[in-house]
Amino acid sequence: MNITQILVGSLSVITLFSALMVIISRNPVHSVLWLIVTFFSISGHYIVLNAQFLAIVNIIVYAGAIMVLFLFVIMLMNLNRETEPQKNKWLKLAGVLSGGSLLLVIVAALHTGDIKAMAQVKEGDIGLIGTLGKELFSTYVVPFEISSILFLSAMVGAVVIGKKE
Amino acid sequence: MLLNIYIDWAFVLEKFLLVAVIVTLSLVIAMYTTYAERKVAAWLQDRRGPNRAGPFGLLQPLADGGKLFFKEEIIPLASSKFLFILGPSLAMITATLTSAVIPWGTSLHLFGRDISLQIADVNIGILYIFGVVSLGVYGIMIGGWASNNKFSLLAAIRGASQMISYELAMGLALIALLMMTGSLQMSVIVKNQVANGWHIIYQPLGFLIFFVCALAECNRTPFDLAEAENELNFGYHQEYSSMKLGFYLFAEYINMFISSAVMSTLYFGGYDIPFVNEAAWNIDANLLALIGFAVLMAKTFFFLFVFLWIRWTIPRFRYDQLMNLGWKKLIPLALINMVVTAAVILWLKK
Repeated sequence: MNITQILVGSLSVITLFSALMVIISRNPVHSVLWLIVTFFSISGHYIVLNAQFLAIVNIIVYAGAIMVLFLFVIMLMNLNRETEPQKNKWLKLAGVLSGGSLLLVIVAALHTGDIKAMAQVKEGDIGLIGTLGKELFSTYVVPFEISSILFLSAMVGAVVIGKKE
Repeated sequence: MLLNIYIDWAFVLEKFLLVAVIVTLSLVIAMYTTYAERKVAAWLQDRRGPNRAGPFGLLQPLADGGKLFFKEEIIPLASSKFLFILGPSLAMITATLTSAVIPWGTSLHLFGRDISLQIADVNIGILYIFGVVSLGVYGIMIGGWASNNKFSLLAAIRGASQMISYELAMGLALIALLMMTGSLQMSVIVKNQVANGWHIIYQPLGFLIFFVCALAECNRTPFDLAEAENELNFGYHQEYSSMKLGFYLFAEYINMFISSAVMSTLYFGGYDIPFVNEAAWNIDANLLALIGFAVLMAKTFFFLFVFLWIRWTIPRFRYDQLMNLGWKKLIPLALINMVVTAAVILWLKK
């Protein structure tokens, strides 16, 4: 057992625990904060894989921007434990069933599939910003540009909805 | 299962010491910035400023700290206690985290080891700073929400939206800088300036935008909307007392120190000594590293002074003026700066 394995193990435990806490917490603000912890531990995984760019972008975009918006909405709508609607029992049961069957399918798919390549740990420059940029702007330039148009249209849409009086 | 871990203890010790020194240094400097703030304010307003505790009032920050520690600690009944304590802690943590990627000097050669005066020379230096800065919002938001007070909440939401808005212009101003250096690594950015001249010569507009955004990110006047006393009583830390309040105020000063250091590093050559070619001096490398560190500190202190100067000169913006400046002036300017820089770089390379 070396230090990388210890790191990956503890990161995975933190990720799973905080992800569970997102669902279990009664208070929506606590859920969001646990979700931020989850994002951090996922970024930790990226760093172990030497994908520094992915790690930091994950933090900037998800933990730094999107979660702040979540918090905004929750704080402005003053959601807390008392105002959280109680779902009815059958709905909860249906949720557990569908989630469980999804888990079953994933486990079944991974169970027989053979692992083609092991992830490179601590080395490899695939996740570094220079490599990533060159790949995005040469091999994957068309999908990249198309997705940027998608973002642009989403932005324009948001402005149009916001302007409607 | 045998636990076979190989750890380079000398390396761990070296980094640990470096972290301890830099964090202590930024705490002490932040402490004396509070003193400098009062002295500068007094100077600008023709007063004497603090002069009772110790010679020239130099012990004043210690007295303030002692006072804050001994104040009664009040946690509002209706607040959520854990988050109430988490708020100021997060503010302090994010304030001190940023110093990790700043190159404080070249490297020292001690005990047969080369000790780099930078804690972590990561591939994504600038983005790391951005990541930490964007997390700084949580200290304010969590504290403001956990206080369970509508003024705190309003101030927290104001502060957070201000920080998010100004982060955009800051990022766009930095993209122009990155196109010039071709790297996000802080050490490479400094070396590029040592070789080709400081970035302020090539990027004056970029620096101006960055500086304005840094003021806004630190919640300093004229952007201290989050603690506008006449509208929001005391802002997001209204319910805080004792050292928890102290931490919020203190984090602001640490942020000022770190952002001054970042500005000196990105635009003013970092540890580069101006107007001379120090490589030709032929003196001891350790001494040179220390001189470089002192030069960086001098640049940082200059920016700290500018921060204080602005605070005691310019009145606060109104909220709509703040948003107009951020979204309708700084972002377009930063975009133009970016496009022009890109065009010039392409033209020169052809």
